[in-house]
Amino acid sequence: MKPKLAVWKFASCDGCQLNVLNLEDELLALAGAVDIAYFLEASSATVDGPYDLSLVEGSITTPGDAERIQEVRRVSNAVVTIGACATAGGIQALRNFGDVREFSEVVYASPDYIATLDTSTPIAAHIAVDFELRGCPIDKGQLLEVVSAFLAQRRPRVRAHSVCIECKRRGTVCVMVAHGTPCLGPVTHAGCGALCPSFDRGCYGCFGPMETPDTAALSVRLQELGHTDRDLVRVYRTFNAAAEPFQIASEAHEANAES
Amino acid sequence: MKRTLRVDALARVEGEGAMYVRLDGDEVADVQLRIYEPPRFFEAFLRGRAFTEVPDITARICGICPVAYQTSSVRAMEDACGIAIDDGPIRALRRLLYCGEWLESHALHVHMLHAPDFLGYDSAIAMAADHREVVERGLLIKKAGNTLMEVVGGRAVHPVNVRVGGFYRAPTRAELRPAAELLERARSAALETVRFTAGLPFPDVELDHELVALAVDGEYPIDRGRIVSSAGVDIGVGEFDAVFEEHPVKHSNALHARVRERGSYLTGPLARFNLAFGALSPAAREAALEAGVGPVCRNPFQSIVVRAVEILYACEEALRLIAEYEPPDPPAIAIEPRRGAGCGASEAPRGMCWHRYEIDDDGTILAARIVPPTSQNQLAIEQDLRRVVARHAALDDDALRARCEQAIRNHDPCISCATHFLTLDVDRT
Repeated sequence: MKPKLAVWKFASCDGCQLNVLNLEDELLALAGAVDIAYFLEASSATVDGPYDLSLVEGSITTPGDAERIQEVRRVSNAVVTIGACATAGGIQALRNFGDVREFSEVVYASPDYIATLDTSTPIAAHIAVDFELRGCPIDKGQLLEVVSAFLAQRRPRVRAHSVCIECKRRGTVCVMVAHGTPCLGPVTHAGCGALCPSFDRGCYGCFGPMETPDTAALSVRLQELGHTDRDLVRVYRTFNAAAEPFQIASEAHEANAES
Repeated sequence: MKRTLRVDALARVEGEGAMYVRLDGDEVADVQLRIYEPPRFFEAFLRGRAFTEVPDITARICGICPVAYQTSSVRAMEDACGIAIDDGPIRALRRLLYCGEWLESHALHVHMLHAPDFLGYDSAIAMAADHREVVERGLLIKKAGNTLMEVVGGRAVHPVNVRVGGFYRAPTRAELRPAAELLERARSAALETVRFTAGLPFPDVELDHELVALAVDGEYPIDRGRIVSSAGVDIGVGEFDAVFEEHPVKHSNALHARVRERGSYLTGPLARFNLAFGALSPAAREAALEAGVGPVCRNPFQSIVVRAVEILYACEEALRLIAEYEPPDPPAIAIEPRRGAGCGASEAPRGMCWHRYEIDDDGTILAARIVPPTSQNQLAIEQDLRRVVARHAALDDDALRARCEQAIRNHDPCISCATHFLTLDVDRT
């Protein structure tokens, strides 16, 4: 019997699960190798669990979703989170630093209609997760590697070093050293293939913190390049704002900016 | 006899929505398109950010149409700073990137989300067992679109190369060549897809929604334009609030938009096609006429044919833009912030996407408002549902529910976008 794959969505933009459908050259082969048993964005047919592998997109932001993720864990042999929302809370975790009631009033004239939690939290804050794939969005090559690895019951080959290594590997000249362009590459997890520097811009941290990020050292350099504490709060506070190393860094600069 | 039909989690749409329909005998008592996708509060947390951050942040509203958000947001910021990039090489490159998004989004919707409804399958993957060539054609067109986005934007989901004022780096002519080769193949595939969709079975439905789209003289609207409608609206993007309004409803996490004086309206492929048919390329016009949908198409089920025509057009337009491509030098215009407000709008694959921002002297965002296509279409979709249910009330629950879901997919709702958006309940009481 073919292994059963499920794809679940929580608060997100759908971009990471879209990258499953973006596997144009491999999609029909993948559908031949696994039973895509639950994937609402692609199919109205659903097969009941248990599932061998569940891919989870999105973060937990409502009371209902906090319950639903428990059910996903119960019916899944392995759970892999895909993307910055599921792994670090996503851009919607910016609410963690603000007042969600006030946020709701800004967007909706009748906020009472809206059921939402005060925070956006990653999946691992709620259930045991077997592997976290990073990126905003995830890289589809890495996704294929992770799915293949779980089907073969081996460890995924996903490196946790910085974007800097990827620049060196592709031969991209360092934008910070050569042009003084502020870049988060030294503290950011690899996986995108160092896209931004190859487009003459600094990395802006889509993949979240690398394994041993030295944000303090990077901040010093970014300040030399003209960033204020207020700029640095924004720099660390984007799609992986609630990932611990980035949260600590942004809160430190926030305290400086206010003092 | 009273009955209720519900679909708690709509499939083959982008995001989380539900449908609820209540019938009292053959009378339709209530129809709701419920958008329960959790809100993410973009407009609130954009306040305090730098004006330069909008293309990166608003892209994250939608993984399927990030370029729509990027384009509308950078145009709004440029407007706030007193700059309009309406012509020239930067504008041409923006339109080229946007063609890529139309191709990947429309190809996905036509071949993988909507076609299974007409042929009686649950998914494109199930459909591929009997119609492999249809699915493969869709994947080829989608790949051409994604490749174009990768070459111009850096990646297909959340491009990195878009900035206020233009681009970080202009691709070279040589870099565009592989995309052009794929686009040539996609153009042939698109013609096949127009013919394929023209042969699908369509229920005989005519709708009279007011149609709203952007307009530029002599151009098919994509990346900019004035706002026009089939009822005579013709306004600048900055005058949106004078004609349109948004209000909250209890059953939806998306605000409902309406024309102040008249109520519901429809934006998207049907609106663009009917309002700008003459601006399509000659081959796209000819294919539409051969398919029996031009120059006027008011059957929402035929939106799948119109989308296929727009795929053909986007291939031709992208190839034209590549043939005439001159890399903009510099790739971006320097934009200095100033205190003020600005508006921007563009045609996302599923309809008009309108933004307004207020910024401070140093470029800090003071206020943000985003009106996505699906929140504009919610009322029109509910009206379509009402008619479909009334017309097909004799069907059993399963058949009626399937027809309702198809009617919703006619408009390619993008629920992640609209939430600030869907489950089908049919309540037959």
